[in-house]
Amino acid sequence: MTLTHFSAVLLFSLFTSIVFGITQRSDPKMMVRFGAFCFVLFVGGTIAASWVMWAIKH
Amino acid sequence: MSTNTQASAQPLKKPAARVHNKSAISPAVALFAGWLIPGAGHLLLKKPVRAALLFISIAAMFAIGIALEGKVYTPGTGDPLDILGFAGDLGAGGPYILTRMLDLGHSSVQIAIADYGTKFIVVAGLLNIVAAVDAHSLASGRKSS
Repeated sequence: MTLTHFSAVLLFSLFTSIVFGITQRSDPKMMVRFGAFCFVLFVGGTIAASWVMWAIKH
Repeated sequence: MSTNTQASAQPLKKPAARVHNKSAISPAVALFAGWLIPGAGHLLLKKPVRAALLFISIAAMFAIGIALEGKVYTPGTGDPLDILGFAGDLGAGGPYILTRMLDLGHSSVQIAIADYGTKFIVVAGLLNIVAAVDAHSLASGRKSS
């Protein structure tokens, strides 16, 4: 099995966000919101860090 | 004045910890079941949707890690980083035991993408611990629902 870097990020973020959402909030609506928040932070943080690394290199 | 004196004379009461409805399932059983099979603790507490989502997430993450030829840590290597990796892997419970029994996974990283696999396996184990502790909190009443 092979994954691109980005698909690995998406899968990691998705599964981790689901677990964080369920375990860190009590209300189902808040679980979905917190899970979505974590997912956006994971993916957004990775993309931001990638651009920082690109900027350092160039 | 006298009211203040009376108030200061009384021993300070510790604020009671918020305890919600306790479950019929023992917290220790929920914790152990949740560790052994991802989501099983929540299933015992009659939360099937959460149990299914936890199982799918953790099992899929672990399986992807194995499919990416990630390293499966074993005890007794003596390397502190390996011990930490082993602790993380062991958190997955049943999937880790099954992996060791069936001799799946690799003992070392052989291809570049396998390093991602190693991380997927460790994080799946750590997430399973978080899920099992959540089941314990639900069973003990520390978490409301």
